[in-house]
Amino acid sequence: MTGSMKTISGHRGLMLEEPLIFEQGSPEKTAVDLPAPPSPSGGDRLGPVRRERPIGLPGLSEPEVVRHYLRLSQQNYSIDSGLFPLGSCTMKHNPRLNEKLARLPGLGDLHPLQPASTVQGALRLMHTLAHWLTTLTGLPAVAMSPAAGAHGELVGLMTIRAALEDRGDPRRRVLVPESAHGTNPATAAACGYAVQSVPGDARGRVDLEKLRAALSPDVAAVMVTNPNTCGLFENDVRLIAEAAHEVGAFFYCDGANFNAIVGRVRPGDLGIDCMHLNLHKTFSTPHGGGGPGSGPVVLSAALAPFAPVAFVAEENGRFRLVEHGMHADGKPVGRVKGFHGQFGMFVRALAYMMSMGADGLRQASGDAVLNANYILAELQGTFSAPFAGPCMHEALFDDRFLKDTGVSTLDLAKALIDEGFHPMTVYFPLVVHGAMLVEPTETESKRTLDRFIATMKGLAERALAGDEAFFRESPRLSPRRRLDETRAARKPVLRWRPPAETAPEPMETAGEEVGRAAE
Amino acid sequence: MRYLPLTEDDRRQMLAGIGVESIEDLFRDVPADALLAGPVELPLHADEMAVERAFRAFAAENISPAGVPSFLGGGAYRHHIPASVDHLIQRGEFLTAYTPYQPEIAQGTLQYLFEFQTQVALITGMEVANASLYDGATSCAEAMAMACRLTRRKRVLLSGGLHPHWRSTAETYARFLALDALPLPPSWAGDEHPEERLDADTACVIVQNPDVFGRVHDLAPLAAACQASGTLLVVAVAEVVSLGLITSPGEMGADIVCGEGQSLGNAPSFGGPTVGLMAARERFIRQMPGRLVGETVDEDGRRGFVLTLSTREQHIRREKATSNICTNSGLCALAFTIHLTMLGDAGFRRLAEVNHARACALADRLAAIPGIDVLNKTFFNEFTLRLPKPAEAAVEQMAARGVLGGIPLMRLLPAWTEARSLLLVAATEMNSDDDIEALAVALSEVVA
Amino acid sequence: MPVIRFTQEHEWIRVEDGLGTVGITDYAQQQLGDVVFVELPAVGMAVAKGDPAAVVESVKAASEVYAPVSGEVIAVNEGLADGPELVNAEPLDGGWFMKIRLSDESELAEMMDEEAYQAMLRSLG
Repeated sequence: MTGSMKTISGHRGLMLEEPLIFEQGSPEKTAVDLPAPPSPSGGDRLGPVRRERPIGLPGLSEPEVVRHYLRLSQQNYSIDSGLFPLGSCTMKHNPRLNEKLARLPGLGDLHPLQPASTVQGALRLMHTLAHWLTTLTGLPAVAMSPAAGAHGELVGLMTIRAALEDRGDPRRRVLVPESAHGTNPATAAACGYAVQSVPGDARGRVDLEKLRAALSPDVAAVMVTNPNTCGLFENDVRLIAEAAHEVGAFFYCDGANFNAIVGRVRPGDLGIDCMHLNLHKTFSTPHGGGGPGSGPVVLSAALAPFAPVAFVAEENGRFRLVEHGMHADGKPVGRVKGFHGQFGMFVRALAYMMSMGADGLRQASGDAVLNANYILAELQGTFSAPFAGPCMHEALFDDRFLKDTGVSTLDLAKALIDEGFHPMTVYFPLVVHGAMLVEPTETESKRTLDRFIATMKGLAERALAGDEAFFRESPRLSPRRRLDETRAARKPVLRWRPPAETAPEPMETAGEEVGRAAE
Repeated sequence: MRYLPLTEDDRRQMLAGIGVESIEDLFRDVPADALLAGPVELPLHADEMAVERAFRAFAAENISPAGVPSFLGGGAYRHHIPASVDHLIQRGEFLTAYTPYQPEIAQGTLQYLFEFQTQVALITGMEVANASLYDGATSCAEAMAMACRLTRRKRVLLSGGLHPHWRSTAETYARFLALDALPLPPSWAGDEHPEERLDADTACVIVQNPDVFGRVHDLAPLAAACQASGTLLVVAVAEVVSLGLITSPGEMGADIVCGEGQSLGNAPSFGGPTVGLMAARERFIRQMPGRLVGETVDEDGRRGFVLTLSTREQHIRREKATSNICTNSGLCALAFTIHLTMLGDAGFRRLAEVNHARACALADRLAAIPGIDVLNKTFFNEFTLRLPKPAEAAVEQMAARGVLGGIPLMRLLPAWTEARSLLLVAATEMNSDDDIEALAVALSEVVA
Repeated sequence: MPVIRFTQEHEWIRVEDGLGTVGITDYAQQQLGDVVFVELPAVGMAVAKGDPAAVVESVKAASEVYAPVSGEVIAVNEGLADGPELVNAEPLDGGWFMKIRLSDESELAEMMDEEAYQAMLRSLG
């Protein structure tokens, strides 16, 4: 078995083991040369709190640093490496033009508190992006400052609560479909609301009758993801909006899946009052191993006065930042973040949008939906799908086809790793047993999809043929095999600590290090 | 369209395989009249050259701090970023990876986050740190909420020296979480004395060090007072480089540290994205928001890392989660950790010393200008001046002379009338002697 | 003789002299998988029947444990802090969660005895 082959060094060909920086650095070494500072005349101005003790940080030389992080990078799977069909995450290609532009002098190095007269271009850029976002969504206003999708959600609900309180009608409950992403109920709770779950129907959509029954004048908002987490368009979306509006509630749409409809459907035309946009999903800014994101939230005219500071205002072609509620015409909920938003992500997103244009964005959503439906159609005979198509940008399967094989959804995902694909999202949405949510995105070629489909079919055949042991052992070929998460959670080790005085000196090579750690 | 691999022929074949005529047929669940017939009213696709031209035009309308003497701080600092940092974070395997949900093929991200957590714990002097939050201001608000959960109390004291953006972010969160946030007024007299306002309902006191005016504080007495009343001391750190030269919050007795990590590895980028830091006592980890990476072993017994204690988080706990946060600030945390690894203990402390020395030189030079008072007795790399005229006008006039000469405190504290004549200036290792002279000359001219 | 009763949510309670020891059943621990953490109530807390009183966590799930009866929590199993695996190894014994002084023993009458609980499990398949 390749996975168990032992080498002297611990390395295995191009798979290079790398110890922690703390196991290879030394405190006196540095990769940054700085001039010796002159002693300040008249002594330092620190008061009585000058640090006396060393911190204990390891130092490395530049070649060691470069090698360390390069080796770590090689232990990661990424979009640049191959298909990353992680449903609900939209792992589309991240253009490098975006990165280049975000680093231009005069953009990347701008200080957030420069006088407005020295940053007119940056403010115009934000204003331009806002125009694109409001045009694409059909809603009149956008709050640009939220730092990520979940943050946008929070800000959206804050504006809803502020609007309701402003009209003297505070309410207590938010309705969330049971298929919703976990952030929706978490956000509603963080905004001070009680959360009520609404069941889905047999078509994988919100059960409209049950939703209507749950609505009352005590409901502040209905939060619906559309397209939803099952990858389906909520075809009753307008009826949901009407029902919510009838009892005076707002209709919040989780825009995580806007990439499926961008350029083709404007949420404002569907009766939506408020929706966050994940610039790192729909508009190609990098996921970066988990952030930074950016989550502007588009708002109806009723909610716009409550948008948080800071925001850009235009007067006669000149731009200024409104940074305080006392300077705003409306009634901002306050400030939700330092400075004015994830500007570096605004640059990247706008670069992508201008590259794609109105026509390209429309083609992108079309191709994303086409790719997902192609996978759904090709795999449907072998895999079991809980709901009838067409799907939107992602294809959902369940684990009925694995019944009695002893192979689980997780096992199948782990076997995909050995095949060189990142697994799809598994066990989400929670409403489908053993869910497998496949989102190919529009930036995958047919050839890649065909290879993925063939691999998925091959694995399914192997599972159905009863080769349970093969799956139980997967993955074998990755930098690590299955990790013991129970051990990690029972006795959390969240940082490196110096070995106890009596412990042997750290050993020289990675191989020995790893051997030691395994004892 | 360069980002789309499908050809027209591919599309035809795939549509045939699905059994529909056109892509539009796949959108049949959308109400027909909501389906747009053609592109929205925005420009059509553009080539790389055209897009680059447009962005160079945006950039040309701005004054780049790299091109002029620049002394802006106030929670965002211009530091030298070694070339290796930006090179390494742009490796596709880091840049285009997702949250490490499949740890077998995400050890790169997981290991650097484990190293990041350790580095943050070390420089703050705390037992544990998380894998980062959005930014300093939101980290401060999350620390407040965490302290309230831990103490089951609702009253929060926000120091007048806390960055106004952080303060108002905490106030916004407090409003919606039904917490009782009490902002103390900004003051020069040193009469804030939060220790005298503690009571059995006070969950935490949040103080910044160095504070927003640049003053450095010994927080040990406050920590002792907090401990006596069962109140948690939350220390905010807006300039993380200061930790190279100042006693850490942990050594002073902090219970939770929230911070902004932009200064290491990350350009100011007009205020975002940056990287929020959070560190705390180990016994508080189950109430900590955000991602945590832990060490474990794989099936072959080899050391590896995983996301852990996930039951705190929204995807499992839903409305009972510690926070609604799903992401961290991964790539910014990577830039932070690479820069700090490059610096090492010696380099980090040297960097802090250089910053302090530059600020001392600047303070001495500016204090010699008639009419200018340096108000700080203590500072790290940033301090406050009182001008004989409104600082906002002075800053505009200096900008017209090609000098970014600081931040008028009115911009951060518009309701505090005393702020009108106050100017916040910062110096880092990036400021040369020539820069300092240029600021001195510009300031002398505009206040003359 | 102690009386053992079960709830629909797979808690058990063993009552002797008005004092009930509470835990989760073998079926519940199997469904959860490896238990990694147990959050216990404060001693002295008053609980009403059906109140969430503890949380039991596996790597991927967190489940509420409800007070099967009303009363006062008079002890919790401190051993679970360092040994949550006891819930898996000895669910009906060393893996107990808390002891409750019952305020109304008649509540036990509404609960299942062992036979009824086993029958319910069989119906779950």
